[in-house]
Amino acid sequence: MLFELRDVSLIRGGRPVLDSVSAEIHGGATAIVGPSGSGKSTLLRLLNRLADPDSGTISYLDRPLAEYDPLALRRQVSLVPQLPSLLEGTVESNLVYAARLAGKELDAARCLGLAGLDAGFGERDVSKLSVGEQQRAMLARALSQQPQVLLLDEPTSALDHSARDAIEATLADLRRELEISLILVSHDPEQARRLADRALRLKSGRVAACGPLEEALA
Amino acid sequence: MTTSIDVSLGQVAAALALVALAAAISFWRRTDLERDIVVATVRSFVQLTAIGYAIKLIFEADTIWLVVALLSVMVLFGALTARSRARKVPGAFWPLLIGLAIAAASTLGLVVALGIFEATPRYLVPVGGMMIGNAMTASAVALNRLGDEVGDSRARIEATLALGATAREAAAPFVRRALRSGTIALIDSTKTTGLIFFPGTMVGMLLAGAEPTDAVRLQLILLYALLGSTAIAALVATGLAYRNFFTPAQQLRELD
Repeated sequence: MLFELRDVSLIRGGRPVLDSVSAEIHGGATAIVGPSGSGKSTLLRLLNRLADPDSGTISYLDRPLAEYDPLALRRQVSLVPQLPSLLEGTVESNLVYAARLAGKELDAARCLGLAGLDAGFGERDVSKLSVGEQQRAMLARALSQQPQVLLLDEPTSALDHSARDAIEATLADLRRELEISLILVSHDPEQARRLADRALRLKSGRVAACGPLEEALA
Repeated sequence: MTTSIDVSLGQVAAALALVALAAAISFWRRTDLERDIVVATVRSFVQLTAIGYAIKLIFEADTIWLVVALLSVMVLFGALTARSRARKVPGAFWPLLIGLAIAAASTLGLVVALGIFEATPRYLVPVGGMMIGNAMTASAVALNRLGDEVGDSRARIEATLALGATAREAAAPFVRRALRSGTIALIDSTKTTGLIFFPGTMVGMLLAGAEPTDAVRLQLILLYALLGSTAIAALVATGLAYRNFFTPAQQLRELD
């Protein structure tokens, strides 16, 4: 089991965003689904300690998250946020930065290739990329850290249909080529069906269902 | 350099004619600043008169401890004033206080150690006041910018933290910009000094009858010391204040 959540609650602005969430997330690909405001992105941020719950515990590989050094954890469990947020400079300088943080040797061409970009893309200035290209560059940057788990927050929400299909194909390829687990947040159950094996369905901050895909989405 | 001029209260009162002109312009063009002009005028009169008497007492007492006490009060009020401009920075008071204190102590210490000024109230009080005043402005501008930058860039900062960067690394570009904006005004005015404006000390000395070359040299010393004190204050204030945006677990704090 990758993650185990027990009675996880989080309150923001006096409102429970997550309310006694208990769930198991296994290796492979898991979709966290639910309507807007159901706590999906918040839950994702808890998994690499960008935030901590107010109560309850989360374990990663049978060890409480609180025992992990947050920086080391984030280099293993890499989060790609919903909105592209690259550092100023070129795509390659972003990859170099991320690989250096993780202490990994960078194979920029391979990371770019895995994210569906050709090797020449590394020289591009990030300020001149389309949203879809930025999303791919974010993915390449995360892959440069050679993480064990990729957390993807609505990876296609800002994209049109063709760009969405391309990113989905890239994610499917990633799973085939790398020993990597994906946990992706999506508001779209159909996308969950295309990309995931299991699902965690949230409703108003509570677990509505958790388990194999069709069972959880039913 | 010992020349002095006498200024009567009548002459000060006559200068109020220009304040009346400013108020009239505000009223005529409806900028709604008349009240602020009156408040500024009254406050400047009361505050400067009070500090004038305080400085007179300190000069006559001729003890270093009274100087330290006065400069400490200036640092305290400087930090409180600057904090009001840095509302978006949580816990801005201590970084500002420490920044101003270090800037004042180090620059005054240096000008005394280098033998530029004697360690007497006549030099330390006015020079210290200038250092603290300018350092206050620079650090207030820097922290104001830091608050705006971090507020506008939360997504990018979190994305950098998500890669396993430390808070210091994630905040570095924003701290750099804040520091730059805090110090650039004085650097720019130093570049143009003598060309499009005459700085206050030089004007004061010329009015008091000093030799122009003496006025220029003293002004240069003060300008260079000011560059140092504003840079130190802004560096320390931003270097401490950015930490308040983060938790010990390198998370970006939720702010109200």
